[in-house]
Amino acid sequence: MRVLHILWLRQLKRYFRSRARMIGSLGQPLLFLLAFGFGFGPIFQKAGGGDYLQFLAPGIITMGVLFTAMFSGIEVIWDKQFGFLKETLVAPVSRLSIMAGRTLGGATVATLQGVVVLGLAMLAGFRPSSWALFPLALGFMFLVALLFTALGTALASVLEDMQGFQLIMNFLVMPIFFLSGALFPLKDTPGPMALIARLDPLAYGVDGLRGTLTGVSQFPLGLDLAVLGLLTAFFLALGARLFSKIQI
Amino acid sequence: MSIIDVEGLTKSFGGFTAVDGITFQVKAGEVFAFLGPNGAGKTTTIKMLTTLLKAGGGRITIDGHDVAADPMGVRRSFGIVFQDPSLDDELSARENMQLHAVLYAVPPAEVDARVTEMLRFVDLLDRQASMVKTFSGGMKRRLEIARGLLHHPKILFLDEPTVGLDPQTRNHIWDYIQRLQRQEGITVFLTTHYMDEAEKVADRVAIIDHGKLVVQGTPKQLKARTRTRSLEAAFIKLTGHGIRAEEASGTDKMRQARKMWRR
Repeated sequence: MRVLHILWLRQLKRYFRSRARMIGSLGQPLLFLLAFGFGFGPIFQKAGGGDYLQFLAPGIITMGVLFTAMFSGIEVIWDKQFGFLKETLVAPVSRLSIMAGRTLGGATVATLQGVVVLGLAMLAGFRPSSWALFPLALGFMFLVALLFTALGTALASVLEDMQGFQLIMNFLVMPIFFLSGALFPLKDTPGPMALIARLDPLAYGVDGLRGTLTGVSQFPLGLDLAVLGLLTAFFLALGARLFSKIQI
Repeated sequence: MSIIDVEGLTKSFGGFTAVDGITFQVKAGEVFAFLGPNGAGKTTTIKMLTTLLKAGGGRITIDGHDVAADPMGVRRSFGIVFQDPSLDDELSARENMQLHAVLYAVPPAEVDARVTEMLRFVDLLDRQASMVKTFSGGMKRRLEIARGLLHHPKILFLDEPTVGLDPQTRNHIWDYIQRLQRQEGITVFLTTHYMDEAEKVADRVAIIDHGKLVVQGTPKQLKARTRTRSLEAAFIKLTGHGIRAEEASGTDKMRQARKMWRR
């Protein structure tokens, strides 16, 4: 437990100390929120979609969580290169607790990031339909955070250096984000795309968060929760397995 | 009593054999220097001894624990200073130490006192709250040594602990290590490129080249065997171009063979 706690704390300290990273990782969601929110807002409204900001904000919050979580996971590569990983790997503690501690830390940071983006969205005019479901919304953010921190950790465990980072961003993270329904409603998209979106883990996170924050969702919240929970468990197991096999 | 017992240790990467069937023992309480040119297999050996890398073949026993069967027992018995830094730059010196204390299950009531003691030992107490990224190379090394000793290990592994440091810092570090070895009876396993340092601090020396153990013994024995006056000269004689050139030269062998037939 002590090990879990201190590695969790380490991730938090690193996050709060690196101002540049904090601000940098808020820049992108903010840009999307303002540019898309105010740019497409009028068209969305005319097309009968209602208030676009209300629709968009949960998607952008999920985006903030996704990027921060993925990055926290990928940070294992950094630790490999800067050597700190060795310090934890020669210690008499199980690889599982090391992985669990840093993944929980990364997921906590990503969830916090989501809450900050929610605050920014509210400054821009977003209003949750009710606060009663807010704890559940937090739960969705945390599940998305855990899932993608674990995925990032799994990838970082098999990668040697940061060379593959661009590849992951462009061919994994961006498609996951764009096909999740964060920016546009999925229900009217053409068949193949709707199908792909159904296979996108983030779609269930976006949908769950949208449901809890605005009361409008495509799938039942129970389904969102179940799919997300199962996938998170799967990626945690995968991440733990690959992490425990790292040899330096 | 040997505290490190290595038998027939082997490791290959693809077709390349980095460590090729080496066997040696280190006695409890001695300073053992593991020497060799770049790429000889030193770091690979240390990685296998410290459970970071699985051995390809052979057997390693450390403090009575088999590395393959009981890695946790092995990990509890040693501290290590890696060749390249392994500190968290974004944490303070004290935080790095505290994290280490937790990883090694130092009793919570003792952590503060021990961290303070070790930071004082390496003259870093007044910088304990500074982020490690503001430290010089020498300060980082000292902090790593302090950290490696925090949990009172029986064995301290030092993989080129003085590389890239100025002579002052190097002397300081060796003084610490010798003091520690005398006071606490800790076993020190070190690698270094500086032969004068090895000659000064090591009780026994082993030289590895091309993954094979070339020779082992006290610095005195090695000098006597190679008829040289310093360990550096002995090292070069054993691993340097001189010997390899002779081996490669067929004419040398023919001359020797002719001499023998004539007798």
